Amino acid sequence: MPNNDYIIEIKDVTKIYKADGVETIALNGINLKLKRGDFLAITGRSGSGKSTLMHIIGLLDKPTSGVYFLNGTDVSKFDEDKLALLRNKSLGFVFQSFNLLQRTTAVENVCLPAVYAGIPENERMQKARVLLDELGLLEQSNKKPNQMSGGQQQRVAIARALINDPSIILADEPTGNLDTKSGKDVMKILKSLNKNGKTIILITHEQDIAMQAKKILHLEDGKIN
Amino acid sequence: MDIKELLKLSLRAITANKLRSFLTTLGIVIGVFSIIVLVSIGSGINSYVTTQISSLGSNIFEVLPGGEGNVFGGILSANLKLQDSENVQRNLTGIGKVTPLLQQAAIIKYKNIKIKDAFVGGVSYQYPEVVTSLKMKYGIFFTKSQQLSGAPTVVLGYKINEKFFKNQNSVGNKIYVGEKQYRIVGVADKTGTALGTFDRDNIVYIPVEQAQSQFGTSYIRQIVVSANSKELMPLAIKRVEATLLKRLTKDDFSIETAESISETITNVTNVLSLALGGIAAISLLVGGIGVANIMLVSVTERTREIGLRKALGAKRSDILKQFLLESVLISVTGGLIGIALGIAASLIIARLLVSTVTPWSVFIAFGFSVLVGVIFGMAPAIRASKLNPIEALRYE
Ligand SMILES: Nc1ncnc2c1ncn2[C@@H]1O[C@H](COP(=O)(O)OP(=O)(O)OP(=O)(O)O)[C@@H](O)[C@H]1O
Ligand SMILES: [Mg+2]
Repeated sequence: MPNNDYIIEIKDVTKIYKADGVETIALNGINLKLKRGDFLAITGRSGSGKSTLMHIIGLLDKPTSGVYFLNGTDVSKFDEDKLALLRNKSLGFVFQSFNLLQRTTAVENVCLPAVYAGIPENERMQKARVLLDELGLLEQSNKKPNQMSGGQQQRVAIARALINDPSIILADEPTGNLDTKSGKDVMKILKSLNKNGKTIILITHEQDIAMQAKKILHLEDGKIN
Repeated sequence: MDIKELLKLSLRAITANKLRSFLTTLGIVIGVFSIIVLVSIGSGINSYVTTQISSLGSNIFEVLPGGEGNVFGGILSANLKLQDSENVQRNLTGIGKVTPLLQQAAIIKYKNIKIKDAFVGGVSYQYPEVVTSLKMKYGIFFTKSQQLSGAPTVVLGYKINEKFFKNQNSVGNKIYVGEKQYRIVGVADKTGTALGTFDRDNIVYIPVEQAQSQFGTSYIRQIVVSANSKELMPLAIKRVEATLLKRLTKDDFSIETAESISETITNVTNVLSLALGGIAAISLLVGGIGVANIMLVSVTERTREIGLRKALGAKRSDILKQFLLESVLISVTGGLIGIALGIAASLIIARLLVSTVTPWSVFIAFGFSVLVGVIFGMAPAIRASKLNPIEALRYE
């Protein structure tokens, strides 16, 4: 049944949150197929389930029902350690609020996923510097997050997402905390990554940003519209 | 995740909150410090007592009134008589020397100087031959003929002579023991030893018959026997028992060797050491609770960081190791500082009082501090490792 043509294949995924006896249906029967090299923008109003879907795709959360094939493998039953390994090797995350470690230099932040991948220090530092250089941040290598602008921090976060060379990049409102110029820079980077073969999923509520993706998926109350 | 990276992370976390880490470490320092110091004092007392007892000589044993293990009965019972001591001496000819001992606190006086806490020891002229650690500084110990003549003669202990005569030769002078005047025939040299409250320098020796009439008793407190050699000890003990059993029953007396006394006291001081160590261990436990507390705070503060690390590929075990290492590092640092300070303090105390640093207490203290780090760091570390990455990322 799984089709190896698809890097991501989601079937009939539902996510129901239960909090204090109240049930929230965050996702309701989602079907989604993405090919290698796709660039998908997910849009929708606040609370429509965008982040929830992204967390499930990113293996940070499990659906209440439905199946998820990643690279043709059913990952719904994977244990925590296997999921951690997949997140580490196959997925790269970019968050709205950057999520860099404070008191930690840019280059060390970039290295973080490589540390958990067990890559030796010399090698990962080398890789991180190359990535920072490509993103125009070589000068910032030894700066800490509070010494950098938002745009610079987000580019460090992108470098971090790339260090283990994952095939999928997941970005939840990556331009949400940035000014127009920095936002444009980030989009430029994502587009060029896509050109080089990375599959990209981007959450945004800005129409003109969504338009830059190859596909748009619009969520409304947990359903694809 | 390699150990170098883990160490770097832990050190960074610890140094990020210097004051907090210092205070937490202090709890462990105090715990380990007190274990080492208190155990050192305990074993110091132990070895002090043991040397004191063995300074009496290993060939010595004592006959005490009251049966074996009948401590209070022994103190109260009065069934040893001077005659017993004489009988024993007769049967030990060529095997050992014997002296009776009747000691009691008394007020002694020279001119207008009074000593109230001195001991009077009623003994026989053979006393210096039995207790060989007693050496004379001036004059001689009273002789057989002096004892038999009934003349009131006295030998001063070192401290008594110090107080009355400022360490000068006082032979020929007269002092009062109670109401009776005695002539000084000798002054003992410093022995530097004490047994419980019985300071062997703060004593005067008078013939036992004089002591009996002075204290109004026909009994003696003990018979001290010194075998001529260590090999003769068992024979001497047998003879003494046989002699005494002719007049007394088994329940009337008991025989204590230096070994058996020191064994009894060692047992007591061992219990003391353990009790002190136990009290100290409690303070280490409190220090450990401090570590657990601070680690819980640290985990809560770094919830977002933990979520991020998990999102980026950290396994549960990676997070567990990170926090466990942090708490172990805190407590081991505290342990090492505590050991250093504890050894230093024990060495200082050793100069003033008694204390012996025992290697096992150092090992145990160090082991405990590692253990405290692991045990008290475990719950917070497990909590950290189980955090749900999304909830952790959303945590503000
Ligand atoms: N942990 C949770 N417990 C209970 N309800 C939750 C939880 N997380 C999300 N929800 C609910 O699920 C729904 C979808 O949330 P989600 O975060 O996916 O929305 P979103 O589309 O990302 O919104 P936004 O644009 O504001 O980020 C919302 O109604 C939200 O309240
Ligand atoms: Mg969202």
